[in-house]
Amino acid sequence: MPRSIQGRLGAAAASGVYGGLALLLAALVGMFEQFAKRPILAPLAGRGEPVTLDLVLLLGGLLVIGYLVARRSAGPDSIAVAKPVPELAAGLAGAAAGLVLALYVLTASRIDLTGILINAKPFLVDFLSLGGGAGPAGLARPVLAGLLLALAGAGLALLPDRWRPGVNRGLMAVVLLGTLQSVLTRQVDWVTQSRRAGGLVAAVVDWVYANKGVAPRGVLAILALALALSVGVRPLRAGLERRFRRLPADQQVRSARLLRGLRVTLLLCLLMWLPLGLGTYPSDVMDTVGIYILMGLGLNIVVGFAGLLDLGYVAFYAIGAYTVAVLTSPASGIGLGFWAALPVALLVSIGFGIVLGIPVLKTHGDYLAIITLGFGEIIRILAISDALKPWLGGARGIQLIPAALRIPLRRFPLVGTMDPQLQQEMYYPILAAVGLALYLAWRLRGSRYGRAWMALREDEEVAEAMGINLVGTKLFAFATGATMAGLGGALFASKVQTIFPASFNLLISINILVLIIVGGMGSIPGVFVGALALVALPELLREFSDFRLLLYGVVLVIMMLNRPEGLWPTAIARRELSSKEAPSA
Amino acid sequence: MALLEVDNVHSYYGNIHALKGVTVSVEAGEVVTLIGANGAGKSTTLKTISGLIRPREGAVRLEGDDLSSVPAHAIVARGLVQVPEGRGILGRLSVQENLEVGAFTRNDKPGIAEDLEMVYTTFPRLRERRRQAGGTLSGGEQQMLAIGRGLMARPRVLLLDEPSMGLAPILVEEIFAIIQRLNRDQATTILLVEQNAKAALEVAHRGYVLETGSIHLQGPARQLLHDPRVMQAYLGA
Repeated sequence: MPRSIQGRLGAAAASGVYGGLALLLAALVGMFEQFAKRPILAPLAGRGEPVTLDLVLLLGGLLVIGYLVARRSAGPDSIAVAKPVPELAAGLAGAAAGLVLALYVLTASRIDLTGILINAKPFLVDFLSLGGGAGPAGLARPVLAGLLLALAGAGLALLPDRWRPGVNRGLMAVVLLGTLQSVLTRQVDWVTQSRRAGGLVAAVVDWVYANKGVAPRGVLAILALALALSVGVRPLRAGLERRFRRLPADQQVRSARLLRGLRVTLLLCLLMWLPLGLGTYPSDVMDTVGIYILMGLGLNIVVGFAGLLDLGYVAFYAIGAYTVAVLTSPASGIGLGFWAALPVALLVSIGFGIVLGIPVLKTHGDYLAIITLGFGEIIRILAISDALKPWLGGARGIQLIPAALRIPLRRFPLVGTMDPQLQQEMYYPILAAVGLALYLAWRLRGSRYGRAWMALREDEEVAEAMGINLVGTKLFAFATGATMAGLGGALFASKVQTIFPASFNLLISINILVLIIVGGMGSIPGVFVGALALVALPELLREFSDFRLLLYGVVLVIMMLNRPEGLWPTAIARRELSSKEAPSA
Repeated sequence: MALLEVDNVHSYYGNIHALKGVTVSVEAGEVVTLIGANGAGKSTTLKTISGLIRPREGAVRLEGDDLSSVPAHAIVARGLVQVPEGRGILGRLSVQENLEVGAFTRNDKPGIAEDLEMVYTTFPRLRERRRQAGGTLSGGEQQMLAIGRGLMARPRVLLLDEPSMGLAPILVEEIFAIIQRLNRDQATTILLVEQNAKAALEVAHRGYVLETGSIHLQGPARQLLHDPRVMQAYLGA
């Protein structure tokens, strides 16, 4: 059926155009210019300039277009659908993407667009034409580059299944390691300074990285390692599994339990050691991630378990933070210690949760979202208001909040040191709080209240017909969520020691909601995955933080289209998708 | 004293006088059916019994206790358990989770496990599908799940709202056979609200015919089944 093949080629070209437009959009928001400062690949033989992240992203984008189009064309064969040759489709898509970039070059080199588009600078014409400038070379180069790179992508897509995952992971690892060079080398410097054993690590890192970017030998080593791992690990794992199956049943149970215990112990040791081993900046990031996880676990109970869309969750965070601040800061003259103020902060958070909850929880869905949104803003505005200025300090906030924990010993034999200037010890109370919240969330989900929340989320009328007290059950979810946010706020105040109303804006609520959605609604491990992906990564890659909201949007759209159940879905969401394949009679 | 008494109840939807003095009684161990056409007030009667609508006059009594000030969820805890119209399956929860939600008002773990086993014995097909999402069951299976979920609350009186709705005739027969078996083998007291008068009267001990908000006829089910007025209006004879 030649007509259908033509249609498919048209679709491939359209995919290329969309891909090209996406790259152009990234260019016009200034992403490439920003990324030009981050070297990824060192030049061959040490001459010339390193390849920077902007070029990697542009060329990688073209490569990905070819890869995706070729994968789609090379899908499982069926008689009904005729498929074009994957290389042809990919090449067409790549050329189409290149053409979009060429058209921009043509336009921008003749008309000055900077009046409307701030980032449409001459740099961009030069960059997108791959150094070809405004002439014919500048038009030909992007198209040609698109064609060639898409073909390369198609080649990658058509690799046999045995090799492809390894190559893909290797390439991604090269880009990631290149991006993280400054973070990693700083880390290694710090390790070698504080410990003698760091020499070996430093040597490996020095070997992999050139002065700027990953050295060619490092690229080869990373690729080889990724390939060896992915090709070698599978048979090894299958063999182990076969041996495990051959064990008698009671031994299987026992060894599985032993293995789990071992894993948990190792993880705990690692978590305890992290701030000592990583130094100040990464452990600061870990603190932030920890507080987000804590609040994510709380909001997950409210939104994910009970299905109550709360857009003002930041309010409880603010209440926890301000309660601790007022009670402990010398400015107010109360002067409690952190641990004395903490229970009060939690009680106040629960109290506000209930006070807000009683009138609000009789409303449903959209109304609930709007009312909670308003509540979050009210709390922030109260904190900034003149009326409460004598207590809450208005826009200047509250200073000199004491730290929760002081460890007098700074240097630990063999393990590491803590920086006396920074409150690195805060990591431990946060870790403990996350552990507690995790345990609570996990136990609650399996309890009859957990089931009541899920029934409520599915159908309120049925839940009521089953004897579930709607208001009471909702209130319980709301109060539990409020407690976790209050705890997060209290720890935050003690960690940063100075709080302002501006730290408690709507964006915090949105961030937490997004991390839950990305991780998987109602999924407890999903909260951790979401927080690592959306809080830790942008924190480590500072260039990205300007585009954090843009990336959130892109990530959300892609997730909703391709993986609505989240990165680590709950059993329910997984079941829903799998049961669609085999409906019962 | 009857187990459940609906005593001269007047209920309103806003200003609409939906029930005009309905009196129904159910004895322990009975199957009683309430039949009538669309809009006769069958569902309103059930909603009044389960506390979702409060009567302006009259009272609903369980073993002589007036329920008019008891909140709806607490009425379930007292043993008046409704299997809602349209089955009300929690579609994304598994079959077993649906059943566990049914036992929400109880706290006796061994008793709940025992009843779960009882439900699975009564409905073997639910056991086969216990990990499947409730929404993926067929209509008949969903009705079984809804009844099973009602049983998980250990009801004093099980209130069934139109269990035959939307089911193929062969499944309707199966569901009514199950209702009869539940009553016979486990002495479950059942108040059955139905439009399918013939099927309902065949399994019930006694019946009430509801017409525009008041009881029109009542008596032993077999007698109603042969009553010419019932035959003409509801049995298509």
